[in-house]
Amino acid sequence: MKQLLFLSSMLLLTACGSNNNDNPAPVAPPAPPPEVTNAGFEVSIVNLTAAQPLSPVTVFIHNVELQLFAIGESASAELEVLAEAGDNSQLLDSVDASAEASGSAPLGPGASESLSLELDGDDTSGLRLTLLTMLVNTNDAFTGINAVDISALEVGQSMTLNGRSYDAGTEANTEAADSIPGPAGGGEGFNAVRDDIADQVTGHGGAVTLDDGLSGSALNHTHRWDNPVAQFRITRTQ
Amino acid sequence: MKRLSAALALLAAAGTSQAAQLDIQITNLTRGSYFTPFLVAAHPGDVNLFSSGSPASASLQAMAEGGDISALVADISAVNASVVENPAAGLLAPGASAFASINTDGAPDNTHLSVVAMILPSNDGFAGLNAREIPTEPGTYIWNVNAYDAGTEGNDEVIGSGAPGEPGYPAPPPVAASSGTGGTGIDASAEGFVHIHRNVLGDDNPTGGNSDIVNSVHRWLNPVIRVVVTVSD
Repeated sequence: MKQLLFLSSMLLLTACGSNNNDNPAPVAPPAPPPEVTNAGFEVSIVNLTAAQPLSPVTVFIHNVELQLFAIGESASAELEVLAEAGDNSQLLDSVDASAEASGSAPLGPGASESLSLELDGDDTSGLRLTLLTMLVNTNDAFTGINAVDISALEVGQSMTLNGRSYDAGTEANTEAADSIPGPAGGGEGFNAVRDDIADQVTGHGGAVTLDDGLSGSALNHTHRWDNPVAQFRITRTQ
Repeated sequence: MKRLSAALALLAAAGTSQAAQLDIQITNLTRGSYFTPFLVAAHPGDVNLFSSGSPASASLQAMAEGGDISALVADISAVNASVVENPAAGLLAPGASAFASINTDGAPDNTHLSVVAMILPSNDGFAGLNAREIPTEPGTYIWNVNAYDAGTEGNDEVIGSGAPGEPGYPAPPPVAASSGTGGTGIDASAEGFVHIHRNVLGDDNPTGGNSDIVNSVHRWLNPVIRVVVTVSD
């Protein structure tokens, strides 16, 4: 009832227009909330490989409970799609994040880019950052950042991290052209069959390649890599 | 009484006590390699189980060629180290973790941590955390650990012996199951010094070729294990 009354007096005031000198002074509006600058982060990525483009880079800022992968654990279906096809759409659809960002195109060897993320509000307590991207001239290799704690970063501070290569454990490493979605293969990306030596995420052993004795491999010596495969820099910008 | 106050004075002089509870998680990061029983030891800082660029001790050789840690345990126990043997109770599989706890309350000189185990399949490869200083501030510390070659055996990469000085690598059941057979052996000789392992070569021939190691399964990239140490008072 009180609310209704308030509303009608508002209407009255509005109706009176500017000719209101004789009207009682309007009730002072509530003090505006103190201005909050949303917390913001910039994530820069450098592809350190010789010939492994990285699929569009995916970044999530999320709460402390979420972990998108772990060594020795089976990859989620969404991660499998990213690691086999470089397709991050299912992850973007399914992850409940405080902020997310995606690169618009693959990131070539030696190339770098920066992605910006802005939170709703300035509370960074408990926040973690996860980044995922596929090495596209492989069966199911990916790199990234696994739920790193960014809660203590002050504005202007940054942290630099090296990304090692992981194997999603969801596709056998045949390196055959028809199983590699990147330019070295031009083959199939995602296949729901899980036929790797064990259905679990591990560190990657690297590409073997035809040059190094894997018959049927579409890869050559240029597609090999060593760790780290990417360098990441997380900066709190606001 | 006099003794007690002397001890207290010593503690005060030291500022912070070195004594700590260490909870240690060891994770096999490799895709298809196993680790033989781990030796985990907190020990004085002037002791090393191995030194890069130097010949391996006979004790290290026994661990790196056959997974036998008994001689290293004897060596490190002689300097009153705090030791955990074989926390995985056997082989540590790819992706699996083992846990060890060490309390150095009675051994304040044991300020450094070493963790070693042989990689299978390999002739004399091992993962080695080499006398890392244990932080005194309580917290969780993550250390990535690389693979070394003991330099004591040629990397012929065929199933053979785990005895020191004998060629080939031992193949307990899970290692035999993922290995090939009938490899003719890579022509290789012992390097003579401990160094970062150049990785196994392997081949794609399950019943022949020159290696019993499988190139698309058993190769690794460093780091090969992750050691997570939680230090508490």
